[in-house]
Amino acid sequence: MEKKDSYWSERYKELKDQNHRQNTDFDAWAEGTLKPWNQKTGYQEREFTNSSNIPIKEIYSSKDIPEDTEKRLLGLPGKFPFTRGIYPNMYRGRLWTMRMFSGFGTPEDTNKRLKYLIKHGESGLSIAFDMPTLYGFDCDNPRSDGEIGKCGVNVSSLKDMEVIFNGIDLSKVSTSMTINAPAAILTAMYIAIGKKQGVPLDQLAGTVQADILKEYIAQKEWIYPPEAHLRLIRDMMVYCTENTPKWNYISISGYHIREAGSSAVQELAFTLADGFYYVEMGKKAGLDVDEFAPRLSFFFNSSINFFEEIAKLRAARRIWARVLMEKYGAKKDRTLLLRFHTQTSGYTLTWQQPLNNVIRTTIEALAAVLGGTQSLHTNSYDEAWALPSEEAVKIALRTQQIIAEETGVIDTADPLGGSYYVEWLTNRMEEEAFRYFDQIERMGGILEAVKAGYIQKEIAATSYRRQIRLEEGKEIMVGVNKHVEEGEQPLNILRISKKAQKNQLERLSEVKSRRDEVKVSQALEELEAAMREEDENTMPYILKAVEAYATLEEISNVGRKVFGSWKEPVIV
Amino acid sequence: MEAGKNQSLFKGKPIKILLAKPGIDGHDRGILVLAKAFRDAGMEVIYVGLLPTPEEVVDTAVNEDVDAIALSLLNGAHMTVFKKVADLMKSRGVNDIAVIGGGTIPEADKPKLEKMGISGNYGPGTPISTIIEHITSRAAEMRKLKAMEE
Repeated sequence: MEKKDSYWSERYKELKDQNHRQNTDFDAWAEGTLKPWNQKTGYQEREFTNSSNIPIKEIYSSKDIPEDTEKRLLGLPGKFPFTRGIYPNMYRGRLWTMRMFSGFGTPEDTNKRLKYLIKHGESGLSIAFDMPTLYGFDCDNPRSDGEIGKCGVNVSSLKDMEVIFNGIDLSKVSTSMTINAPAAILTAMYIAIGKKQGVPLDQLAGTVQADILKEYIAQKEWIYPPEAHLRLIRDMMVYCTENTPKWNYISISGYHIREAGSSAVQELAFTLADGFYYVEMGKKAGLDVDEFAPRLSFFFNSSINFFEEIAKLRAARRIWARVLMEKYGAKKDRTLLLRFHTQTSGYTLTWQQPLNNVIRTTIEALAAVLGGTQSLHTNSYDEAWALPSEEAVKIALRTQQIIAEETGVIDTADPLGGSYYVEWLTNRMEEEAFRYFDQIERMGGILEAVKAGYIQKEIAATSYRRQIRLEEGKEIMVGVNKHVEEGEQPLNILRISKKAQKNQLERLSEVKSRRDEVKVSQALEELEAAMREEDENTMPYILKAVEAYATLEEISNVGRKVFGSWKEPVIV
Repeated sequence: MEAGKNQSLFKGKPIKILLAKPGIDGHDRGILVLAKAFRDAGMEVIYVGLLPTPEEVVDTAVNEDVDAIALSLLNGAHMTVFKKVADLMKSRGVNDIAVIGGGTIPEADKPKLEKMGISGNYGPGTPISTIIEHITSRAAEMRKLKAMEE
């Protein structure tokens, strides 16, 4: 066991001291003005806390934040510690990217959609995959029955990816693929297509999510035990740093942690803790932090407690910059910048009175913008139940356009900077995050904390508390537990036909009948040998297997054989 | 939470329930909340974790002699996967274990699931008390069936 690192506990103590000083002005006001008023008006005492269970006072003043806040904690946009934004001119210079996540049905459907988007000026493509693909199962596995094309496009072999990108010049687009456990395989497929098109590897631009730690924490889409996946991600980091410098190989994601039921502070702390782990992993693999860390980007949730979300995003930037500099020795400004994508919260959407979701999404989107996001996906109002309809997607996009073009919130960087409440809350979120970093360090690091089920239990406890508070009416969802309309029926929803499944099964069987079986089994054997050698980089072997048309599941099965599978620790 | 309510019906032997997500689906927020709530309500809860096959679900239910199986899916595959569980129960002649569904199940699918013998089919936002009441009444039916068999 490594010696415990005192960095986290020292920083935590510092923040505690900073944030919990007595405010005598407030105390005098509360006693002399507030209390008599409350008594006179018959005010009923109730708890005011946010999702992170931080109690909120009636009012904040300059005494609630350190005197040197501006100089030490804020700075100016584009300057350390980047609390006020990562670019000097923020949205005046570069508006956030309105990136709407999509992907459905067959590779042909997706190809058509991508070409449509390109025709309308979009160059940032974003692809969602179905459940079997995310878990490394081919479409002809009995377990995939009924799931093909449901939550995204199905990919069983390189042939499917060839169809998806048919007629699309990979040197002219950047592609974001929401894929985690099989990220190395999908990256290899993308590279294989690039090679076929004759695109130099250093021109291939895009992102895979590949944040496996949050899979064990929240999204629960894994194939092997954590160490095995982490090793494959390490291989991908090293390979991509050397060969595909425009490929972002990890998007560290808090979104799913939040949707799984965490609080804002838990999302902040666990996501950054995952990020620090990947930084350490890259350093251990011999990479220079200033070379690879700028390729790491983040993905956060924006939920409904407006100021809490803004504070969370501001705190995230400051923590990342500080820790990368102080602890991981980053020297370049570029390495310190926390760049992130935000998506509004799916969990806050209700099927009851669905148009209310437009309002929720608007408020959440505004929080993301005031929090300084680099790109944004707004959910559609009919998404509580299934994939969105076209009309609903359009309103979601228009929501962003109205915020950008009509409201004036983009005119100045970090317009809420200096608000006593926002600064106090930003400091408190930072402190609570460090409380978790300290706790995680005591448990032996994030990987151990995840394997012990600690992180998952923390999230489950928060999610349960929230549910009970909803049932007791202590928290409100309009249309669900207050202002309810009787006799409401859910909306009609988009359905995926069984055609996708048939289409995929036919193509896979054709691929299997046409390929060179000797080449396939040879490639898989070589991959197995590489997987068994801890120091070998598996990426070239995965690429070779993919190019021989070994299927997603066949390649995944090599790993299943070498690494075994994973049974999650008991959480409930 | 109405802990222990109606437990007298069950003669000191609490309701035993198996919770499972039988498809390829990692959305477990709801099922984890329910597992805790059922336990708080006095039930004996078995949660088999993620990715069990329909066969594993039915095997476990039979071996553990549960009163009910609660299935949850939020990936749109309920019409295929819930059906597999129901069919397996039928083919094995198991009729004294209630099968209850939940997840993102469109209104139009509910009568079809009911026909397969899968009841409840609750969506997000359903009060826990409603779900517990339903389980309690289905479990009571199953206990009566079991008593008749004996």
